[in-house]
Amino acid sequence: MDASTPDIAGPATAASALLICEHCDTVHRRRPLARGEVAECARCGAVLERCRGMHARTMLALVLTALVVFVQATLWPIVTLGLNGQHVAATLWDMIHMMWVDHSQVVAVLAAGTLFVFPLCKILILGWLLLYARSGRRAPGFRRLMVALHHLGPWTMSEVFVLGALVSIVKAHLYFDVTPDPGIYAYGALMLLITVFAGIDLTRLWDETCDDEAAP
Amino acid sequence: MSALPRADELGLIGCHVCGQVCRAADEGDDVLACPRCGSTLHRRKPAVYTRTWALLIAAFLMYIPANLLPIMRTASLGDIDDNTILSGVVELWVKGSPGLAVIVFCASIMVPMLKFLALSTLLISCHRGSNWARRQRAKLYRLVELIGYWSMLDVFVVALLTALVRFGYFSLVEPLPGVVFFGLTVVLTMFASMCFDPRLIWDGKEDSDD
Repeated sequence: MDASTPDIAGPATAASALLICEHCDTVHRRRPLARGEVAECARCGAVLERCRGMHARTMLALVLTALVVFVQATLWPIVTLGLNGQHVAATLWDMIHMMWVDHSQVVAVLAAGTLFVFPLCKILILGWLLLYARSGRRAPGFRRLMVALHHLGPWTMSEVFVLGALVSIVKAHLYFDVTPDPGIYAYGALMLLITVFAGIDLTRLWDETCDDEAAP
Repeated sequence: MSALPRADELGLIGCHVCGQVCRAADEGDDVLACPRCGSTLHRRKPAVYTRTWALLIAAFLMYIPANLLPIMRTASLGDIDDNTILSGVVELWVKGSPGLAVIVFCASIMVPMLKFLALSTLLISCHRGSNWARRQRAKLYRLVELIGYWSMLDVFVVALLTALVRFGYFSLVEPLPGVVFFGLTVVLTMFASMCFDPRLIWDGKEDSDD
């Protein structure tokens, strides 16, 4: 992306024609991006902005799918182990509960936060924001929710848990009969959706929506 | 490099939450708030070296018991077997699938070590205002941010196996203190990398850059 000395004499609001790289503080002149294009910082190579080429309606549909899949992944058992005719199945909540009663409360809290509370918050907030963003409006509480979404950032770990479940299955397979349950498939689908969302630049919602009477 | 102006030199601040370009006030610019999202604006994150070092050292102190103490106990028919992180990887390699053992080795041993080495390298080089390999160091920081949370893998494996292997006397898996220390290590290193400000990599003199 091209960068040159910008005109800084204008009013502060005109500054949205500029982009500042959050990784190295370099100021760039903003250029309209085509579908699927990515603007990279000329100094440090970090991604400045990407154009997802996906309408808010499409994203809302994906978020709703993610919500359905997430609820299923959370409620359904993940795998069943069998030994001498005895069977044990576990859901995400069994896992959190077992860690709590087995003297690992720290792990129970970490798992409950990163695998349930934070992902659920992320999905609900996104759904709420996109519901309004479809028509270019800002949802009530837009400002605070966007900030919350930013802070939730790296604290959702469902994709790590999917890999962890696979490792557990391989380990358990040595000693037990392992039967996959619907939960693991729901997690697989969730992982695909998370990958789709990883490529979406949500800060663009700030520019694509404008304040109306609903703004605080 | 003079063709690439920096926000700091132009009296601008980029909001790290929403990306808004804001004008820095001349006096006391530490209490400035972003007009768009309301977050506090910082030219550079406050107390970077103190906070990042403190969290990194705390994480390292947790990392020692995380590796030395066993993370999981397997009891079957009265036969008790305690696993550490490393012995879990070895077991997976020998008995299960070597491919998965490599993944677990990367997530549980390589990634935390990489985070400690990378963040201390970044902290020391930035503190000196060094202009050595700036682009590569910037890349290293982004890598640390990207892969950092995958270390939670082993914690989830222990948690899920505990919930699944409940066959009483025949077979039982229990978490051991190592896994708590390991979970804390991951969380503390994540906080440490969040406290670091990559803009510091590019501060200082630029004469002999590139």
